[in-house]
Order: sequence, then structure tokens, then C-alpha cells
Amino acid sequence: MNLNDIITQLPYSKPFLFVDELLHVDENSISGTYTFDENLDFYKGHFKDNPVTPGVILTETMAQIGLVCMGIHLLNNNLEKDTVIAFTSADMQFLKPVYPKEKVTVSSQKIYFRFGKLKCDVVMKNETGQEVCKGILAGMITTRL
Amino acid sequence: MNKDELIAKLKVIIKPYTSNIEAYENLSENTDFISDLNINSANLVDIVLDIEETFDILIDTTDMQRMLDVKTAVAIIQSKLDAK
Repeated sequence: MNLNDIITQLPYSKPFLFVDELLHVDENSISGTYTFDENLDFYKGHFKDNPVTPGVILTETMAQIGLVCMGIHLLNNNLEKDTVIAFTSADMQFLKPVYPKEKVTVSSQKIYFRFGKLKCDVVMKNETGQEVCKGILAGMITTRL
Repeated sequence: MNKDELIAKLKVIIKPYTSNIEAYENLSENTDFISDLNINSANLVDIVLDIEETFDILIDTTDMQRMLDVKTAVAIIQSKLDAK
């Protein structure tokens, strides 16, 4: 299976696509990378003259790789037009700041995928291998009624 | 296990997932998980997984889709327990 097939199915585009490359996927885990583009608009305001990646964006990056890419794989790489995805919870810890141009690696372990709900234990590391944030994330993948 | 005992166990499971304290305190057979207790579909999945663990039963997708109120949940749990 081609990992790029998963990325092309993602329902995001710039400036809200936070997946560059997937490194590995199987039924229980996934990992991928993203390098934060220094030109992303939010860096102008978070913070003034001191750009730091907001926690919500780190969370989103972890959700796109750890939940959505994983979910597409679990649906046999087939995200139909009537498939609805929704982010439903995140219990996060932010351990270190992430600056513009930093490359992060997200690793996600499936806790369960049942009744359309995918719940995962997700960790983000920086290029030196330090954990920058971690959390339990969950989302629903269902068919539009 | 009789119906009241079953509802009492169910009530313990539901507690962390509802924000409507008044509806929770007055929980009865007629309580609807979504409209009365403000539980969304994602939390309903967790409730069903907790039900499976607490009662040592397996809920399938068809049962899950019907499990929208206390009365139906109790009926499904009871039938699974009876079948054991």
C-alpha cells in the first residue's frame, strides 16, 4: 500500500494541511512528519515578535496524522464523499515549545476503533527526539445520514 | 440482576459523560441519552464500551444503533445477560 495514497485522500489543503510525509502505517499504529512553515499566518500573532507554534495547531497536527490518516487506513484507504469526520476529544500535555521551521514526528497507537470512533494515544517528538507533546485523541468517522 | 439493579449500575457508568446534572439525578427508564443527558455520539461509544466491560457482554453495531435511551439499553443488556 502506498502511504501517499492516504495523504491525497485527506480533506485538508494549505494553509491547514499539517502532514508532509507518512513513515509507517499498520492496523494499530501510524507515524508521520510535518515541518512547520515559517510563513504560516498565525506566527504573526502567536506571539507578537516571538513566533511559537500554538498548542491547538500541535493538537491539530497530531489529529491529522494520528487520527485522520490512521482512520483512512482503517477504512481501507477509502474516504467516501459521504464520510464525515469529526474531532471529538483531546486530553493533551504540552511539554516543550515548537518553533517555526521545526520538523516534528507524530506517532499514534490505536486504543480502539469501534462503532465509528477512533481513539489513539499520540506522541509528538522534535528532531532531537524529545517529546514536545502527547495526549489521548479521539474522533468519529461516520457516514452522513 | 433485576431491572432496578441494572439501572443503578448503568447510572454509575453514565455519570462521567453527562453535563446535565438535573436530568441525570432524575434518570429513569424514559431518559434519552442524547436529548435528555446531552451525550454526543462519541461519548455514547464510550458508554457502550463501559457497559461491555461492566457486564462482560459484547454489543454489536445493530444493538449500538438502538441504544439511545435507558429503556432500550436495559433491555439489550438484560437479553445479553440472559443469553450467557
